[in-house]
Amino acid sequence: MGGIRAAGDLVARMQMTRGMRLREAKEYVAAKLGVTPFDLSDPVVMTEVRNEHGFGRIHSYAISQPWQANQIEAKFNIARVLDVPINCVEKFGERTAASR
Amino acid sequence: MKNEGRIPTRMGDGTFVRLTRSEIRADLEAGSEAAAKRAKVPPLTEEETEHLCDIYASSARFTGVDVGDEIVLSCDGTGMKTHATRIQDLQSYEQWMGADLLELCVGDYSLKVVRTILAYEAQYMHDAQLATVAPLQYGVMPNLGLYSKPDGPCDNWNELLPQGRIPEARAAQEEALEMAVLDMVRLADTQYEAGADAIDWDTTGASGDPELLAALRATEIIRAKYPNLGAQLGMAGEFVLGMHGRLEYKGVRLAGLWPREQLLLAQQAGATMFGPVVNVNTGKSLAWNIARAIALIKPCMEVATIPVHPNAGMGVGAVPMCVHPPADAVSRAAKAFVELLHVDGL
Repeated sequence: MGGIRAAGDLVARMQMTRGMRLREAKEYVAAKLGVTPFDLSDPVVMTEVRNEHGFGRIHSYAISQPWQANQIEAKFNIARVLDVPINCVEKFGERTAASR
Repeated sequence: MKNEGRIPTRMGDGTFVRLTRSEIRADLEAGSEAAAKRAKVPPLTEEETEHLCDIYASSARFTGVDVGDEIVLSCDGTGMKTHATRIQDLQSYEQWMGADLLELCVGDYSLKVVRTILAYEAQYMHDAQLATVAPLQYGVMPNLGLYSKPDGPCDNWNELLPQGRIPEARAAQEEALEMAVLDMVRLADTQYEAGADAIDWDTTGASGDPELLAALRATEIIRAKYPNLGAQLGMAGEFVLGMHGRLEYKGVRLAGLWPREQLLLAQQAGATMFGPVVNVNTGKSLAWNIARAIALIKPCMEVATIPVHPNAGMGVGAVPMCVHPPADAVSRAAKAFVELLHVDGL
């Protein structure tokens, strides 16, 4: 589905950790993001959506966005918007001041 | 008499062969019948066979599914020091290749090897989670054979069986599987604490029924302990070898199970993803192989409550047995799995 170029990582996360089948996972993610399941594999739509929610993007020096969330920061936003616990985010919160 | 043109397609070993559409269709029917005869599954319907024929009787360099029908690719082995550090490999797969999910692993991939470096692997997972966005699992193959002598502590059942020492061979397998369950749970304990999103038991059942039992039991324990930790159970072959022959999980004998029954047990154990495998016959065409694979996995899809990701690569899932699978073959297999089986991923 294109991974973080689109929403493949978000759908995969619902499969991997929640055991959702593809259609259910796509519908769940699309509903949380206010898009259609069709949009989830479109990098044009999803780049805008990922920017809006701070979900992390492809980054290189040619398309830098240092002001946007990425890596572990992005996963905090993904956990909040998708309303799913992400293990490393929970652990990050336990081990730092992030959850206080 | 009709003079049909010949279409370039491939054998299961990847070599090109030129077949007519009628020959491709005949191979599809034969592959389907082979599955039906061996596994007692329904053969493909006329419509399904024609659909596969349209996919395989094409000389297109590359093919694909319709826009909007994309599926998740599970991308095993993405962080195994292919070209840089393992974390850089994971970042490359995420950032450059658009991998839907990532997997940290060691090159050997065997559970018994990883058990000696759990702390190092957990530290690596911890660091990798800080530097990636896509879901990241830890992958390992149970590879129960390494628990037998001379590599491991248990008697070697592969030596005992030809000698007719069946009780000793069974006892050795039972001893090994108990060790493997403990090691799998310890691995999951450390990976969970490090922030892993899931554990992937890959090529499960390579050592037959005791190995599958170990994976099922470990999955059940892990999912009960850590409900937020996913567990992917991928198989080694289409048929569970009865190396022991009497082992059961929840009252079901494991030896001789085909993909549908394997999936049902994986679901009962609490797995969050299941990867059925159909091995490639290198002496048959890809048309024969895809028809057999689709017929064997189709019954899975009818009872699946968790995502099903058939294995498709290097000798499984109608992808040729060669180191660099050709894109024409890979894309045809992927399209076939999506359009005929509506798989959740590959």
